[in-house]
Amino acid sequence: MELLDPDSAEWVRSLEGTEVAREAAKVRLHAMLLRIARSEVRRRTQPSQISGPELDDVAHQAAADAMVAIIAKVRQFRGDSRFTTWAYKFVIFEVSTKIGRHFWRNPTVPMDAEDWSRLPDRFGLDPACELEWRALVEELHRAVDEVLTDRQRQIFVAIVLNAVPLDALVLELGSNRNAIYKTLFDARRKLRIALVAKGVVDTESSERS
Amino acid sequence: MNRDTALHRFLETDPKDVGCEQALEFLHAYVELVASDAAAQEHYPGIAVHLKACGPCSEDFDGLLAAITDPAP
Repeated sequence: MELLDPDSAEWVRSLEGTEVAREAAKVRLHAMLLRIARSEVRRRTQPSQISGPELDDVAHQAAADAMVAIIAKVRQFRGDSRFTTWAYKFVIFEVSTKIGRHFWRNPTVPMDAEDWSRLPDRFGLDPACELEWRALVEELHRAVDEVLTDRQRQIFVAIVLNAVPLDALVLELGSNRNAIYKTLFDARRKLRIALVAKGVVDTESSERS
Repeated sequence: MNRDTALHRFLETDPKDVGCEQALEFLHAYVELVASDAAAQEHYPGIAVHLKACGPCSEDFDGLLAAITDPAP
């Protein structure tokens, strides 16, 4: 463990100390986590999505779950940041997960609907310039059909065509963020290679892909 | 056509991208370097690359940065 700054050392000492010290530290930490959770829920959502008692409920759940994780992992704190920064990370993750769950209460489109007419809008392609990008989009559709695995295609369709947030997809598929990201990363790489081969994407910088 | 559309950027992948798991493991250290202008991208180039490509991790980074830089009420 790196040498801890005095504040961080005090947090660790208290959370591993006597019952009285531990409980006092937990009360203080929970108040900090709740404050961060509230502002993070507000930062991430529109008032029309989550507000009032529901916002507070999400924040309380996030703070409570983060608290459990922090207490369980306090011995893993290496001191490569202040203790509070490390602890805040847990509550930020919890808010992220809980908002991902919220998405499925009012999904805008089914996860597996496949409407390719949405793609230009998803990537901000100007309809006035359709002649310029139509070939690229058609080849992309063909490449999705021909080079992606079923899993890669499922994730591409959900995230790219249907704008399902990645964290919401994680929950729906019972997976984790890293696995979904890696699957989409591999799909992007395969699609780019296919599109370069078709001559609709430049080879420039494709060597690093 | 314009070669720098969001679609072109989406198709770009960078092998230095460390993925979500590693980025999130070190996010607390990375964010403190960013907050203190201490060459975070040089210390953690793979995390910097990842945060540019991954919306959810970038959102977590923004939240954590706000948490450590916004003064408590």
